[in-house]
Amino acid sequence: MLSNLKIVLHQGKQYIASPTTVEVPGIFRGRPVISTQKVDETKLVEMCPTDAISSHPLCIDLGKCTFCGACARLFPDKISFTKEYKMATNDRERLIIKEGEDQAIEVNPDTVRKEIHRVFGHSLKLRQISAGGDNSCELELNAANNVQFDMSRYGIDFVASPRHADGIVITGPITQNMAEAVQICYDAVPDPKIIVLVGTDAISGGVFEGSPAIDRSFLDKYPVDLYIPGNPAHPLTIINGLLDLTRKKR
Amino acid sequence: MNYISIRNNQTLRIKEIPESAYLSFMDMNVGLVSGFTDRHCVNYFGVEEGNFVKLICCIADDATHEIMVSSCKVQKGQSLASFSKEMYCFERFEREIHENFGLNYPDHPWLKPVRYPADRSDKMQTMQNYPFYTIASEEVHEVGVGPIHAGIIEPGHFRFICNGEKILHLEIQLGYQHRGVENLFLAKKKLLQRTTLSENIAGDTVVGHSVAFAHVWESLCGVDVSRDIAFSRTVALELERMAIHIGDLSAICTDIAYQLGSSVFGRLRTPIVNFLQEWGGSRLAKGLIRPGSNPFPFTPALAERLKKVLDLLEPDYNEMCEKLFDLPSALSRFERTGVVSNEDAIAIGAVGMAARMTSLSRDIRSSHPYCLYPELAHVPILKHHGDVYSRVQIRRREVLQSMEYIRKLLTEVPIQSPQTEMKMTLQPDSFCLSLVEGWRGEICHCALTDANGELMHYKIKDPSFHNWMALALAVRNNEISDFPICNKSFNLSYSGHDL
Ligand code: SF4
Repeated sequence: MLSNLKIVLHQGKQYIASPTTVEVPGIFRGRPVISTQKVDETKLVEMCPTDAISSHPLCIDLGKCTFCGACARLFPDKISFTKEYKMATNDRERLIIKEGEDQAIEVNPDTVRKEIHRVFGHSLKLRQISAGGDNSCELELNAANNVQFDMSRYGIDFVASPRHADGIVITGPITQNMAEAVQICYDAVPDPKIIVLVGTDAISGGVFEGSPAIDRSFLDKYPVDLYIPGNPAHPLTIINGLLDLTRKKR
Repeated sequence: MNYISIRNNQTLRIKEIPESAYLSFMDMNVGLVSGFTDRHCVNYFGVEEGNFVKLICCIADDATHEIMVSSCKVQKGQSLASFSKEMYCFERFEREIHENFGLNYPDHPWLKPVRYPADRSDKMQTMQNYPFYTIASEEVHEVGVGPIHAGIIEPGHFRFICNGEKILHLEIQLGYQHRGVENLFLAKKKLLQRTTLSENIAGDTVVGHSVAFAHVWESLCGVDVSRDIAFSRTVALELERMAIHIGDLSAICTDIAYQLGSSVFGRLRTPIVNFLQEWGGSRLAKGLIRPGSNPFPFTPALAERLKKVLDLLEPDYNEMCEKLFDLPSALSRFERTGVVSNEDAIAIGAVGMAARMTSLSRDIRSSHPYCLYPELAHVPILKHHGDVYSRVQIRRREVLQSMEYIRKLLTEVPIQSPQTEMKMTLQPDSFCLSLVEGWRGEICHCALTDANGELMHYKIKDPSFHNWMALALAVRNNEISDFPICNKSFNLSYSGHDL
């Protein structure tokens, strides 16, 4: 007993007091900003591994970006990644960062389905499906539930059965071999339900885009309620995204 | 003997690999491994050549530090005698060759599908019609779990055949995670794309796989990297090992419902992944390893930071470990649960931790060293009982060993070499093999280039490819309720297996 107490004492308080405002350590690659400086755009567009960069005007699509940081290293005056981890939105277009723009990425409360606030505003239970995910977003979703990030303080939890869930969280590009399971799991969740995509692979297929082994037709059938970018998405991006979707009033 | 001996990360001309007729190719490779526990097959795969398939077999000798490479050309759709009939460790390799190219092995124990790749030779084989093993008896029942599991983990289907609470047999159906990574290595032409792919093979082994890719690439381009790059890679590999082992200790505590251990180990992983982020901008080290360059040099300031991180972590870690291994309720769940015998580990060709838990010393860091491991003179940590306890103990001690290595490395942080844009061109008609000891065990990447110096074939073997069978054997005659800790104590990769 005493040794247990000693461990508890030595651990102290681990939780992050304010996951909505805390600063991340080191050199995190969060929401990028693109200056209006003139550079060799063709070269910049060419170098990106996932075709996330497009020109005229120069944009980065965070739904495709793997946050490798190569563009910012080669063109440091043009592109820089800020430490802003709030990057989730319900509007796919909002993930496209344009030249000269430095604006927070947020959920647009006007386009959030109205039952979401009412039904999920105080409690949200989610069923996660890894569909070709490489286990990195899965690790970060688990981390969002650890004693430090402690997402369950907001009443947001992951549950085992889709029958107990209010929605699904998909990671990975959705493989052919997993497509049927994704559908069955989604069908098993009672209405109303939400779909959340976590990580670049889920949002656009990422580096797996174009592979004959993936099948993204599920996403053509249903509206997506939240996009959480990252490769993998940071726990704080995940937590703030889910809070933004379910709590932010217009 | 009709093979060529190479060293880890050595490039050779494809035509230097001796070719034999199938039967002598088989006799030689089976003969190389049978009876020698310090030899095992690190990769065996086919390369399509028109109507033919070139089979390439790579056997590593841990004592002489050599890798013996040989080849054989066979016709597609041909029926062949199987290696597996003689040596079980070739079993999954042959199933894979069968699945990809339609070669038949009539005397193979069971040519089941491995992962249902998109370009499999027989499209009639689907996830839905997997041939499960069955036992006809009124005494037994079957329990199917997955592909989607209770927690936030990757998908796979487990089918248990049980007698009461006891598992008689476990069959593991995989393939759900198949993304076609090996083919994408050829389809995506830019180096940065390929590097990114290597980081996304298995997100829990980012450093392991990206270092293996970097080694293959550099060797094929004839590039030697400077000491600071080798230093960074060694530190990153050991940090990854620490982070995952600690995370797994937490998960194992969760599975035995030991809340304190689960929370404390869970939080002890954070400073390590956060340090990786401070260093390279990603908690899982994506973006850190690049062939021929070092985008995030390890500075003396980072060394000071890391020392502090480790100094703070160590007492808390040790305190929690001591408590865990002092708890009768934990030990009674660990001891003699999920046993794999030394003979079985040898037979199935287990690697990494799954070999070392049965006193089988397989560790690429000591047998085929790379980066700065020759200087560290690594001695693998061995356990002898092959149970959950052994696997948990190995993790406990490997964390401390990694910490010791990192501290040793930090006493002399190399000076950063000038960052020059290196021109990297692949040598034509070449073959390269790279072995890296990831935290799970041996990772093997092989690449072949064509006459124009373009990538022609890329083959990846994650340690899980061997070790899933160890899990299936471990749970036999165990209570089904012990499956979670057996599974977690191995923590095998689905995406690494399914690629
Ligand atoms: S950071 Fe994103 S946009 Fe820039 S090169 Fe990498 S993937 Fe492309």
